[in-house]
Order: sequence, then C-alpha cells, then structure tokens
Amino acid sequence: MDWAWVGGHVPLLSERVREHVPMAVLPVLFGLLISVPLGIACVRWPRLYPPVLALTSILYALPSIALFAVLVNVTGLRTATVIIPLTLYTLSVLLRNVVDGLRSVPESVRQSATAMGFSPLRRLAQVELPIAAPVVIAGTRVATVSNISLVSVGGLVGLGGLGQLFTDGFQLHQTTRIIMGIVLTVALAIVAHGLLVAAQRVLTPWARRSTGKAKP
Amino acid sequence: MSAFRDAWHWFFQSAQWSGVDSIPTRLGQHLYYSGVALLLAVAIAVPLGLLIGHTNRGGFAVVNLANAARALPTVGVVLLVVTLAGIGFLPVIVPLVALAVPPVLVNTYAGIRQVEPELVDASRCMGMRGRQVLSSVEVPIALPLILLGVRTAAIQIVSTATIAAFVGLGGLGRFIFDGLARQEYPTVIGGAVLVVSLALLTEMIFFGAQRLLVSPGLRTR
Repeated sequence: MDWAWVGGHVPLLSERVREHVPMAVLPVLFGLLISVPLGIACVRWPRLYPPVLALTSILYALPSIALFAVLVNVTGLRTATVIIPLTLYTLSVLLRNVVDGLRSVPESVRQSATAMGFSPLRRLAQVELPIAAPVVIAGTRVATVSNISLVSVGGLVGLGGLGQLFTDGFQLHQTTRIIMGIVLTVALAIVAHGLLVAAQRVLTPWARRSTGKAKP
Repeated sequence: MSAFRDAWHWFFQSAQWSGVDSIPTRLGQHLYYSGVALLLAVAIAVPLGLLIGHTNRGGFAVVNLANAARALPTVGVVLLVVTLAGIGFLPVIVPLVALAVPPVLVNTYAGIRQVEPELVDASRCMGMRGRQVLSSVEVPIALPLILLGVRTAAIQIVSTATIAAFVGLGGLGRFIFDGLARQEYPTVIGGAVLVVSLALLTEMIFFGAQRLLVSPGLRTR
C-alpha cells in the first residue's frame, strides 16, 4: 500500500468517484420510474405478473460484461452503455418488491379507505403506496448496493468510474490503485445504504414505531 | 446493425470450430473454471450453512457477511488477487469461490431456519436423531432455497469467469476482450452471445433440477 500515491492522486480518485456515482444512481431512478407503474399494473391485472416476472428474472441472469461489450458497439463509450443494463437489473430486483409491498396491504385497510370515500387513484397514492414503501425502499437498497459494485465491471471495457482504477492498476501492476478502487466502491455502497436507511426513516415514520425492528 | 449480421457469419467460420481459439475449446475452459469454482463453493458453503442453520448459531454473522459481500466489486477482487499472486488458475478460481460462497451459505442457512419448529419437534418425537432430522426433514424442506442459492452462485460464476480472459486465461471472455482489443466487433458480439447463452442455459438447468429434486409434497403448497 503506497500512501504517498494516494495523497498525490486525490483529484484523480475524486474524478473517478464523480464518474461512478451517476452511473450507479441513475439506473436506480429509472428502475423505480419503470417498476412502480409496472408493479401497480401487475397487482391490478394478476395474469400479467408471471410472464413479466419470468422476463425480468431472465434479464437478471444476463452477464453485465456481455451487455456492456455489445452496447459499446451500439452506443459507444458513454454513460448510457452502463445505465441501460443496470436499469434492467434494478428493474428485476424492484418489480418483485413493488408487487410484494402492494400485496401486503391488508384488505381491511383497503376497504376502510374505500368506505371513507377514497377514489381508487387516491387510495393508491395515499394508502397503498405508503404502506408498500418500506418494502420498495428495501429493494432499492439492495439494487443500489449491487449497482455500485456492478458499475466497476464497465471499467473492463473502458467506461470510466472506479472500475478504471482496477484495469489501470492491473496494467500498471499497481496494487494501491486497485485497493483504493475496492475501498472507495465499498465506501460508496456503505454511504448509499446509510442514506437509504435514513430516507426510509424520514419517509415512513410509522414503520419505526409499529414494527420496532427493521427487516433486512 | 451490420455488426450483428457479421456476428452471425462469425459463428459459421471454420476458424471458430477447430483449434486453440475455437468456440469448443473456449467453452470447455469456461465450463472448467466455472465447474471447479461452483463445486468448491458448494462443498464449503452447504455443510457450513447446514451446521449454522441446524444449531442456530452464528446466523447474524452469516447474514451480515452476505450483505457485505454484495458491496464488494468482483472485478476489483479478481484483478487484485491476480496482481498480487500472478496469472494462473488458482488466483482466478479463489475469488470466484469467494463470490459464490455467500449466496449458497445464506440460502442454506435461511432454508434450514424456515423449517417449521413443529416439524422438527415431531420428527424428534418419532425418535429421529439430530443427524436424521437434518437429512430426512430439514434438508428436503430447505432444498428449494438451497438450490436457489446454488443457482444464483452458478450464474454469478459463469458471468464472472468471463473476467479470466482479461487477466490472460482462456474461456469465452477471450472473444470479448480480444475482439475489443482488435476492434473486431463481430467477435465481441459473438462472444457476448455465447456468454449470455451459457448463463441462460445454467438458469434453465437449475430450473429443471428444481423440478426433479424437490419433493412433490412441497410444490403443491
């Protein structure tokens, strides 16, 4: 471990982190934008769910390096090359959580909302989605952490981010570079995990009172 | 889209079907790395998961280990080990095994823990010993989750074994990285198609294994 190198390369390291973060975070946002409406549709029309679930689990099995390598030919060395496959992975993690979350809404709660005069749309927005939120956020946490680690695969085809530290370090035979890449990737994952735990506490204050213990 | 048409032709060139750099050779290497890594991972993780689940000790550590492992960047670990230990079979296999252990371990542990305590009590009342309870009650009931863990691990290994080519070994990744280096995109796409097909085939094999191995009594519930 060469600390002098680390000290002299803070700008490079922060540049790599700056490249890395949007490639990991944007897929989560796009994944949420797609999986929430899709999940709602799958709960509303249950026959839709098995084929959609099968499709997303196939998408999840696709090796990221293969997708990156093919997309580099189509989109070039751009952020989109990373964002498209990671959005698909996020989607396949989140869809299941959105559907499970919505299905966990007790029938009595749904009926109470209807009895109080909630329209179906308002019931969805103000009752069902908030009750599903902890499960959806838990899925978002899993997806975010694995995205942060997966972005580094893009380094193998030259897509920048912290993965670039791995490939450069390997070619230059410089372990410090690789270790810093691993440390920063794990640190990013821990920070993102912490932020999402905090977000869950702020967004669903009732969950911490009633259940007491957070589920993993 | 002409790159895809060229990739289609790439599959039918005779160079792809015999010699050191042919599809059968590369596929064989890929299957060899993946198979060895998966066998080692299962040999380590399944007995350990059974032990932890059966005795219910150390479960907390297992779950946290699995969460931490998800954050660890695979590529970085492989390249670090190879940089430190040199290019070779072991430096690639060890990280692959390390990556595959957590999903198998966690699922085996969770599978054993989710067996209803009433069933375990009932089998003890019938006179079964600890080992018998494990082998004829807990393992069959936990099998769907254990297989799910092995499937997850297998797919991860098949995908990650591609990286072996980046550090100078063989496997299907050779087509991707050699193609990128020579800017021969049909080769890249051909390699990617092969890796994707192998991953999907792995998923299908485990899907079939699940149907064959899991007790019919568990499916109808």
